Amino acid sequence: MTRWLSKNLIRIYAALAFIYLFIPVAYTMAFSFNDSGKRNLIWQGFTFKNWLNPCGAPEVCTALGNSIKIGFLATLFATVLGTMIAFALGRYSFRGRSATNLLIFLPMATPEIVLGASLLAMFLNLGINPGFWTTVIAHVMFCISFVVVTVKARIASLDPKLEEAARDLYATEWQTFRRVTLPLVAPGIAAAALLAFSLSFDDFIITNFNSGTVNTFPKFVWVSSARGVPAQANVIGSAMFLIALAIVISAQIYSSAKARRLQKKH
Amino acid sequence: MANHPDAAAAKTGDLKLSSLTKSFGDFLAVDDLDLVIPKGSFFALLGPSGCGKTTTLRMIAGLEEPTSGKIYLGDTDLTDTKSYRRPVNTVFQNYALFPHLTIFENVAFGLRRRGIKDVKEAVEKVLALVELAHLRDRKPTQLSGGQQQRIAVARAIVNRPALLLLDEPLGALDLKLRRQMQIELKWIQTEVGITFVHVTHDQEEAMTMADTIAVMNEGRIEQLGSPADLYENPKTAFVANFLGQSNFIKGTLESTSGADQFVNLQGTRIAIPAARNSSTHKSLLVGIRPEKFRIHNVGDSTTGNKLEGGIVTDISFVGVSTQYQVEMPWKQELMIFEQNDGGAPNLRKGDAVTLSWEPHFTFALDGDEDVTSGLSGADAE
Repeated sequence: MTRWLSKNLIRIYAALAFIYLFIPVAYTMAFSFNDSGKRNLIWQGFTFKNWLNPCGAPEVCTALGNSIKIGFLATLFATVLGTMIAFALGRYSFRGRSATNLLIFLPMATPEIVLGASLLAMFLNLGINPGFWTTVIAHVMFCISFVVVTVKARIASLDPKLEEAARDLYATEWQTFRRVTLPLVAPGIAAAALLAFSLSFDDFIITNFNSGTVNTFPKFVWVSSARGVPAQANVIGSAMFLIALAIVISAQIYSSAKARRLQKKH
Repeated sequence: MANHPDAAAAKTGDLKLSSLTKSFGDFLAVDDLDLVIPKGSFFALLGPSGCGKTTTLRMIAGLEEPTSGKIYLGDTDLTDTKSYRRPVNTVFQNYALFPHLTIFENVAFGLRRRGIKDVKEAVEKVLALVELAHLRDRKPTQLSGGQQQRIAVARAIVNRPALLLLDEPLGALDLKLRRQMQIELKWIQTEVGITFVHVTHDQEEAMTMADTIAVMNEGRIEQLGSPADLYENPKTAFVANFLGQSNFIKGTLESTSGADQFVNLQGTRIAIPAARNSSTHKSLLVGIRPEKFRIHNVGDSTTGNKLEGGIVTDISFVGVSTQYQVEMPWKQELMIFEQNDGGAPNLRKGDAVTLSWEPHFTFALDGDEDVTSGLSGADAE
């Protein structure tokens, strides 16, 4: 018995850890099938009704649409700006580089609630009414730091000899960037963009301060939780999870199939 | 090549470095270097790490800007030309193959950047030359070290540069593969007829491949010559130690008669050819390579120079030769290599011996040369 335990302890531990991680997700999914009526807190019976009509609850799809739009715009701006900052910090030495390195970390370390409140104060002082674009600006701001950190790590792992080799092989500065640097840093940029999107899509605190009357999905869930979250929120939450999972799995399958194909040619 | 205005055939000829200097802050990496590398030669820059050889190579490639001095290829001044406009290609130390491109695209990279549309024939020809045509669709990480090395060479020579630079190209390979690649590189050089400039810290590698070697030390060229010339007639203790082993014995010049000089070597009068004495002083450091000595029982007849009173202190058998350590009356240990061809007497530790050698195998340096110079460099690698 003790032998069995010592042999399998790590597996039991792993199983428990995964259960801990996935119980909330499982709960969300299970309750997306709840035949709930208004309050989706007590199990009433199984139904596909919610999945067949995800926009059934008032406002839910408008809020989702806003979240996706804001997410895309924030990701686009944050990724482009953040990648440029990462290249500047990772590749060039200039006055104020170490200060910039430090400052770029600050938004990550500052409590969101403080950032959100300060941003609102700033917009109001500038006479800008909070709404869609103030939300985008706020999201770009807190996403940039994460993009910079992610892309910079990728740039740091890039062998500068490869760029020298490109220049040696008749590539101009632009061709070197386009043909060698960018393709090699691309996985880092893609990871940063995904991270930025999920941060933006998920954000509630800063959004709540700076979005005025524009509803986003987290805001919708928060507001409706006072009177009971509709099951459609669970449907959308579950769908997001499944889409993310599908992307990860297909990427895995693609890369292992590619590896196998190359292996065959061996 | 005709499509490209900059790599045009006009830009060939000897490579000339003129007063080339590079400093990094206070550190002088390359110190006022003057050098001519003839077109079509296989030239090696040999020296210990930190001697400035790689910096020199990087300046020729255009990857490093000289602090002062000029670089010419034929009559063209390349000093301020961007690296991608120089008809020069490099084989990097760790190959620097592009990991996201196939072998074919790696080799085609330079041709495509020069706007050549039809690269297929040229790439396939060069892949066939390095015997790796079957790997064209692989990625670099799927190749062995030796294969990557050959692709790095192929990627460079497919461009038919006027000059191919090799930066420690064999450093990452194991000994057996290194030997094989040395022969292969030499063969490729003869095949394509491009000037090769090879940077290495490995004296054997330089001697095997290069027609001419420049031995570098602390940013300067210590000596330049053919491998045999450098080995047989080193002008400094650094060169003597960096290329092989030497016995150095202090002596004093006594007289000169025609082409011969006579030296008092710790009480014994020996002869050396005047041409092989690179010192102008009376105090000399006489150098004899270990394999030039012959070892005899006391009383045996000898020819040439002779040193008496040696005692064998150590013998090691290494297959093709036996290495003896002999202590001389002036308390210096000398190293002697004898071929195991029956020419040497059967000796044991403690036996008294006489050493002899032919005068023309002797070289003489300035008496104040540092006999340990170049030793640490050669040993460290």
